[in-house]
Amino acid sequence: MSFVDFLSLGPLITLCAASVIAMLLVAIWRNHRIVYSFAIIAFLMSMTAVIPAIIYIPHPVPPLLVIDEFSLFNTGLILTAGLIILLLSFNYFEEREERKEEYYLLLILATIGALVLVVSRHFMSLFLGLEILSISLYGLIAYLRARARSDEAGIKYLMLAALSSAFLLFGMALVYAFTGHMDFPGIGAALRQAGYLPVSVMAGFGMMLIGVGFKLGVVPFHMWAPDVYEGAPLPVAAFIATISKGAMLVLLIRFYQDIQGNNYPMLWWMVAIIAVASMFAGNWLALTQQNIKRILAYSSIAHMGYILVAFLSGVQTGLEALAFYLVAYFITSIGAFGVVIVMSSSLQDAETMADYKGLFWRYPWVATVFTAMLLSLAGIPLTAGFIGKFYVVMAGVNGHQWFLLFMLAINSVIGLYYYIRLVATMFAVPAPGQQTTVVPALPIAGNITLGILTVLLIGLGVYPTAMMQLIQQMMRILS
Amino acid sequence: MILLVLLIVLFAAALLSWIAGAKSHAACRWIALCSLLFNLGIVIRIWLAHTAISGRWWYQYKIDWVPHFGISLHLAMDGLSLLMLALTFFLGALAVLISWKELQTRVGFFHFNLLFVLCGITGVFLTMDLFLFYFFWEMMLIPMYFLIGIWGHEHREYAANKFFLFTQAGGLLMLLAILGLYFVHAANTNVYTFNYFELLNTPMEGTTARWLMLGFLVAFLVKLPAVPFHTWLPDAHTEAPTAGSVVLAGLLLKTGAYGILRFVLPLFPAAAAEIAPLAMLLGVAGILYGGMLAFAQTDLKRLIAYTSVSHMGFVLLGAFAFNEIAYQGVVMQMITHGISTGALFIIAGALYERIHTRNLWQMGGLWLRMPLMGSAALIFVMASLGLPGLGNFIAEFLILLGSWPASHLFTILATIGLVIATAYSLRLMQKVFLGPCDRQYAMRDLNGRELVIIISLVIVICWLGFHPQPVLNTTQNTAYVIR
Repeated sequence: MSFVDFLSLGPLITLCAASVIAMLLVAIWRNHRIVYSFAIIAFLMSMTAVIPAIIYIPHPVPPLLVIDEFSLFNTGLILTAGLIILLLSFNYFEEREERKEEYYLLLILATIGALVLVVSRHFMSLFLGLEILSISLYGLIAYLRARARSDEAGIKYLMLAALSSAFLLFGMALVYAFTGHMDFPGIGAALRQAGYLPVSVMAGFGMMLIGVGFKLGVVPFHMWAPDVYEGAPLPVAAFIATISKGAMLVLLIRFYQDIQGNNYPMLWWMVAIIAVASMFAGNWLALTQQNIKRILAYSSIAHMGYILVAFLSGVQTGLEALAFYLVAYFITSIGAFGVVIVMSSSLQDAETMADYKGLFWRYPWVATVFTAMLLSLAGIPLTAGFIGKFYVVMAGVNGHQWFLLFMLAINSVIGLYYYIRLVATMFAVPAPGQQTTVVPALPIAGNITLGILTVLLIGLGVYPTAMMQLIQQMMRILS
Repeated sequence: MILLVLLIVLFAAALLSWIAGAKSHAACRWIALCSLLFNLGIVIRIWLAHTAISGRWWYQYKIDWVPHFGISLHLAMDGLSLLMLALTFFLGALAVLISWKELQTRVGFFHFNLLFVLCGITGVFLTMDLFLFYFFWEMMLIPMYFLIGIWGHEHREYAANKFFLFTQAGGLLMLLAILGLYFVHAANTNVYTFNYFELLNTPMEGTTARWLMLGFLVAFLVKLPAVPFHTWLPDAHTEAPTAGSVVLAGLLLKTGAYGILRFVLPLFPAAAAEIAPLAMLLGVAGILYGGMLAFAQTDLKRLIAYTSVSHMGFVLLGAFAFNEIAYQGVVMQMITHGISTGALFIIAGALYERIHTRNLWQMGGLWLRMPLMGSAALIFVMASLGLPGLGNFIAEFLILLGSWPASHLFTILATIGLVIATAYSLRLMQKVFLGPCDRQYAMRDLNGRELVIIISLVIVICWLGFHPQPVLNTTQNTAYVIR
């Protein structure tokens, strides 16, 4: 391993070292505050390690990994998201669990898994990253053992993740059997040489799509999402909604670009059907939910559908739109979960609509943040979500995907209904004498984090140019 | 730069009044009122300075916003924008005044929303960048949603949701059309821009133009509203608080009409001409159907809401008649409808404040108790049915005159609408103010504040009726839609 390799993989290596140290730390002296501080420092150092890596891009580490602008950007995104989730976690776990320290260890490990996915360009590293991520998540989802639903969610995720991994492996094997390659560019080249897509490879792609689709939580592989979101600790739910899905999406883009998936209409149609189904199912099922966590789960299913529209547009703008949307989606989702986190008390998560009735008149600050996040999810101006949706629609028009755009427009309206319903609930005037059961914790660190997220959200909505330029620059290498 | 000031003043005042509202209700109302009067002053000064000057665009302001996509902060003002802005600030100031006593809960947030929606409307009337137009178009919605949803009457949430979903659906179609135009333009000229002036002469195929035009048109027809898309209007107008109804009827509907004049006709002249008969048919249907429904209502605010559908039918009819007379009539109708319907909603609000019902069957003989309010109502009812001497007459007359060469049949049918207007207007007057007074309501007549509001409205509607020439002069230069 050369020095340049070492520098380029800096963020990853830093976190790996941190996970070992964190484990030792917990073994020597069990203290929540120390482990928490250590985890924050680890994330910060890992983020700093991104900077020297920029000098040497693009830098492949054959055969498994590749460090280029695309992967570094997403590494930065994932690390930032991880740090923010970390900041929101302390109070949440301080109030709840006896043994809180391992949570940070698992969170670091899960982030490592996501980072591996982002830099991988090979079936081996793909599977490695995926399993590190999944196995850490089993532990994270079931972390609050005392809760009944936590166990249920953990088991559910374990079963389905294992099953989807099996599909993924089988799919990889089929692709390998025909092409003789496990690295993405090699597969692409072999397929081009063959000049057609044999049934076995097609079946292989289909099976791989099951594995990928499971992690993305798209229809019809979405069944786990609402239950897991509901049962998992809130910061973990935020992690699944953003980092886990985002990393998988990045990998999907890289694979699709490397094999030039646009040349295979069959593949395009598979993804298109998934996209439309996700939009409809996600929005439709969210309409009647009374539980905020489940609403967010279904909404994230729908948002994956929107992202896939950009993905399917087949133009350069589409990739840019996807990256921008992902950034907006990260901010918004973490923000929305952040609100639920600061609103939850040690006894109970604030998860029903009733807990939010008249919130604006009791806690104007939290309600304003939540309103901003929901409006961003709905794609209303002055928020990052609006620019994101605009970008996606723009990509779709550019790629002449009128059918998909029409579906997107219909779904935006359906989606609007439940976001607005939630906003209306917060602004409703509570009847006198009506008391809410949840007394929010409102930790200071959480509030500051929410403030930062809101500033980012509005900032991207009002002045998106800087972010767009950055994204445009990094996407150039993929075309 | 002065155009940007208009927006910034409203935005700053919105934030300020929210902050001030926590401490003092009066301060918050005064901030809102002063900012609107200040803007009204600016607009009137511009108007006075420019009546004699020819040349279409009086002010332009442009800086890059997202150069990556060719989006710029591009504002411009011509006669049409100017008139609409004058109406916006005038009715906005009245909306603040009428809420002075009526509204006592969450005052700061109310004024924040009110000023914010006015800011969005101002942006819509000023912007010459299609992205920015969509931006402001959407920006109007959220505060309006809150105005209806928080301070409205009993079915407010249903009405607010319906309003929001209808306009959003239309808006998204418009977004698709805007982007379609953007890429068609880019494909033909290789310039990526949302600039209105550059998009004006985009060469495109007939089919493409038709689809894009439809996208725009649907959004504006929903907002206007034209007949099949009008169902959100009675609910929203009825359930909104008085100030909300005034802003909705007086201003929000005008953004739809403005959009047709500003975007649909100039951007797609050929496609618009093709669809003109259908659009005029919808207009006439709106006039007749809206009028008949208005006649059948028992809820006072609902009745007034349906008259809006009828009056907006004239706008649609005139806009697609493609000649200057009709066009000037349309602009006139937009203003006079804003004034007269706004005034009727204010009267309905004042009545509701006193007798706490909107049901026509529980009113009657109120003239005896409140002669001032009765005479005010009479004036605006007469305006609404198109009595000569009041502004609406000029507007409807010009529209009918202009649409006659375009289609005899539709003009005749639209004229029948005037008869229906007479019927529902007189019925309103009869049920509310005349007839036996069997309930003993103890109530006072209009007070000083309400008198100021009503009198200013009366002056404007009479001025428009007797001396419409300044308005017609102002729109003359903008009458470019003629083939």
